Amino acid sequence: MTDLEERLTQLPDMGPALDLDRLQAELARRASRAGLLDVAYASADSPLGKLTIFVTSRGVVRVAYENEPDDLLLEELADGVSPRLLRDPRRTDAARSELEEYFEGRRHSFDLPIDWSLVHGFAVGVLRATARVPFGRVTSYGEMAAEAGSPRAARAAGNALGSNPIPIVVPCHRVLHADGGLGGYSGGLHRKRFLLRLEGTLPA
Amino acid sequence: MRLPPFQSLVDAHAGELHRFLVGCVGYPDAEDCLQETFLSALRAYPNLERPDNLRAWLYLIAQRKATDAIRLRQRRPVSDLDGVPSERLSVPAAGLADDGLWRAVHRLPSKQRSAVVHRFVFDLAYRDVAARMGVSEEAARQNVSAGLRRLRLEVSR
Repeated sequence: MTDLEERLTQLPDMGPALDLDRLQAELARRASRAGLLDVAYASADSPLGKLTIFVTSRGVVRVAYENEPDDLLLEELADGVSPRLLRDPRRTDAARSELEEYFEGRRHSFDLPIDWSLVHGFAVGVLRATARVPFGRVTSYGEMAAEAGSPRAARAAGNALGSNPIPIVVPCHRVLHADGGLGGYSGGLHRKRFLLRLEGTLPA
Repeated sequence: MRLPPFQSLVDAHAGELHRFLVGCVGYPDAEDCLQETFLSALRAYPNLERPDNLRAWLYLIAQRKATDAIRLRQRRPVSDLDGVPSERLSVPAAGLADDGLWRAVHRLPSKQRSAVVHRFVFDLAYRDVAARMGVSEEAARQNVSAGLRRLRLEVSR
């Protein structure tokens, strides 16, 4: 290696280390303002562990418990909504504070708009009906199927609820078996029990 | 072809693109260039026709942002920098101090500049320089040697 080449391997001054948080915040802010940020997300702590919340200009599009790996989640949103996706706590502020109030018992219904982009087919009717089940009440898979226009499709309604992309906000935990059994919950039954206890529908 | 979530490109490449840009334009401008690189990339992102080498694509955008920054700098007189007249800031006549060498790197034609930075700052083999630039190995080699020839001229001037 010549002397010149040797000198070229030594950057004289890298300057201060790259501040990734600042880069990220500034990028998200400018992208948002330019209308280039389709999906913003951030995580929030909750009594049920870390929640990852995704929002679009239309509303909350996805809420995930920590049992879903980040990389798969991001891919799901990139494929299902838009690959113009960035971490941006600021854009998820409203959703995060409503969830926080809910877990503190100070909020019984969400004012957040919902983006239904990830919901398709029969599940649309089932989950829209579920979104109307109020705090402190429970209902059954069969009733939700009926609300969606197919009273005999309780099993299909169960599948639709199992794939609810916006748990807690769309309260699929309020849907139980007609015989009173808990049914299922994609976040794990311990989380369903916790939410029902929080709402006073299951004894503590 | 599916596009990965843009955030994963930022997470995977922000660090190396920043280092690349420090080599291409120096550190005070590198962070702005990086910001502009990601913003331009995000603007074009959903409509990419051949998203098969996203890393080379990002480096190409960064190369353009570096060129823009250097053009802007050359149009803007630096005479008010700490009150030192601009002629005193220019390259000394005999040999080049390291900062002078890097200013000469900044002024290289864009492909030569990128090739030199990939080759030496990152210590990459020509095959890897080529992959990052999205060009043939032969083209990478030619750009590095043309860049070095120019730099030698400046050093010996």
